[in-house]
Amino acid sequence: MSDLLVAAPALVPLGTALVTALARRRPRLVGALSLAGACASLLAATWLFVRVLVEGAQRTSFGGWPAPFGIAFVVDPLGGSLALIAALMGVVTLVFQRSSADRAPESPTLHPLIHALLAGVGGAFVTGDLFNLYVWFEVMLLAALGLLALGGGRRHLEATLKYFALNAVGTLLLLVGLAGIYGLTGQLNFAALRDAAPTVDPGLLLLVATPACLAFLLKAGAFPLFAWLPASYPTLPAPLLALFAALLTKVGVYALLRLLGDLFVAVPAVTFELLGWLAVATMLTGVLGAAYHWDMRRILAFHIVSQIGYMLLGVALHSEAGTVGTVFYLVHHIVVKANLFLVAAMVFQLCGSYDLRRAGGLWLARPALGLLFLVPALSLVGIPPLSGFWAKLLILRAALAQGQIAWAAAALIVGVLTLYSMLKIWLQAFWAPHPEPDWSAPAPAGRGAAWLATGGLALVTVAIGVAPEPVYRFAAAAARSLGVSP
Amino acid sequence: MSWLLALSVGALLAAGVFLLLSRQLLRLVLGVSLVGSGVNLLLFAAGRIGPTAPPVVELGEQVLTGAANPVPQALVLTAIVIGFALVCFSLILALAVQQAGGDADVDSLRDAEPPPGADGKPALEVER
Repeated sequence: MSDLLVAAPALVPLGTALVTALARRRPRLVGALSLAGACASLLAATWLFVRVLVEGAQRTSFGGWPAPFGIAFVVDPLGGSLALIAALMGVVTLVFQRSSADRAPESPTLHPLIHALLAGVGGAFVTGDLFNLYVWFEVMLLAALGLLALGGGRRHLEATLKYFALNAVGTLLLLVGLAGIYGLTGQLNFAALRDAAPTVDPGLLLLVATPACLAFLLKAGAFPLFAWLPASYPTLPAPLLALFAALLTKVGVYALLRLLGDLFVAVPAVTFELLGWLAVATMLTGVLGAAYHWDMRRILAFHIVSQIGYMLLGVALHSEAGTVGTVFYLVHHIVVKANLFLVAAMVFQLCGSYDLRRAGGLWLARPALGLLFLVPALSLVGIPPLSGFWAKLLILRAALAQGQIAWAAAALIVGVLTLYSMLKIWLQAFWAPHPEPDWSAPAPAGRGAAWLATGGLALVTVAIGVAPEPVYRFAAAAARSLGVSP
Repeated sequence: MSWLLALSVGALLAAGVFLLLSRQLLRLVLGVSLVGSGVNLLLFAAGRIGPTAPPVVELGEQVLTGAANPVPQALVLTAIVIGFALVCFSLILALAVQQAGGDADVDSLRDAEPPPGADGKPALEVER
């Protein structure tokens, strides 16, 4: 039973995908099964997370093969917490899908693909084997391609192609890195790799780890290979967009943190110096790309890139404090980013456009929505007392403590530019009058589910902001369980 | 044997990357599958080329000696299956894009990212 629980973040969504695919002739049943499956997944992930907190890391090996030979699943605090948040995002997505705001068109493959994507993400967080990680990446890729192509229009197909071209190369790069790592150490199991890494030459270790790192950076949307992200994400309907934005790039960051911050801590220091500058370039190019755009989805898509820079900066610091910052940032960012896209969909529903030049007047018409938008927006910027403030503070403090003044300065400048983008959205969509003088806000029905999803996420953001202590202590424990020396 | 594998991997990767850089849609898709084949060979070579005996433990024996390394074979098999699925999907995708757009030049695919308007600002998208 406990063996199955360890694999639950992957198994429950896989089972739900199967069931929803089998029930495809009865759409109402599919919707109910889908939501029930997501809730079951959330319950299982919560149970698993509590067990990890109480009893320490949970592990299992499949097929009765002992650890280095069979495929192991290992859930440590880091993987457990991310699996929990991924399951939460699944529920939020499906709740929002029940509202009327820019929902994904129902099709027989929609729910199976959503759950396959969640299975890929969950599997990547709980696996303890490098090759198995590659397999989950491919599951994610195929499900993501399917969801992108569901729209069926020309722009959807183009977006799918752009996503496919770079991400397929990314997974092949990962396979190259895997071949090198296996050829050098003869191991694929995380624990065995952790033991084997100090015994081989650090230069060789870097050589074989580089293709895998590049693959993870590409998947995370880091500079200079982020072009696929803003090219493809804005064609998605809002719930799927929120799901993609929340989870997919973060799996890349997680995998990079696992590789460089846990398994291969012995790689030469120049790696982390390089990664730090890459992180700065990612932050800057992302936020500047966002400054150019007027479409809310494009602005927010570029902000994913920019925020990934902060998380990479935490990995590049290569210290316990930096890792704590990255873990905190991951948790905060998943919640906030998904919420921003969902609130943008509610704005779209009222104004009829995602383009800010066609929106306005919402502060008078819908003040509650204005306040709701401000919570994740200001949290993304890093205004206290919201969760983003603590996440940025942790990264900045670690950077300054390690004497990386230039990196810290870049992080602060990007914070100011992020404020510019968020104010642009708020001033245009809410404060400025609507471009059409006789516009009045429509009162569409069926927004309860949208309010439930976005309000719930906003509450999480505020809760982390007001009481960061438990999350901080947890992030510190998660960082200690990784292999970075203090 | 190793040098033959190394040359094949190099040739496949070079041809694959060349095709990947092409602006023709179908070449790009073929490029991905060629790179995939090269990487599969690389993965196979990572397990060292040596004995060719099948990795089956004889009755009564406890350890396997003088047999081929089974791990890379298992890995390559998995990678081939996944790669096959990806290639199938991408071929259909390339066909669908061509049917929707009628143009095989990837540079002309600007529907997902419309070029800026005359004033240099991002184009106002047609709502659909």
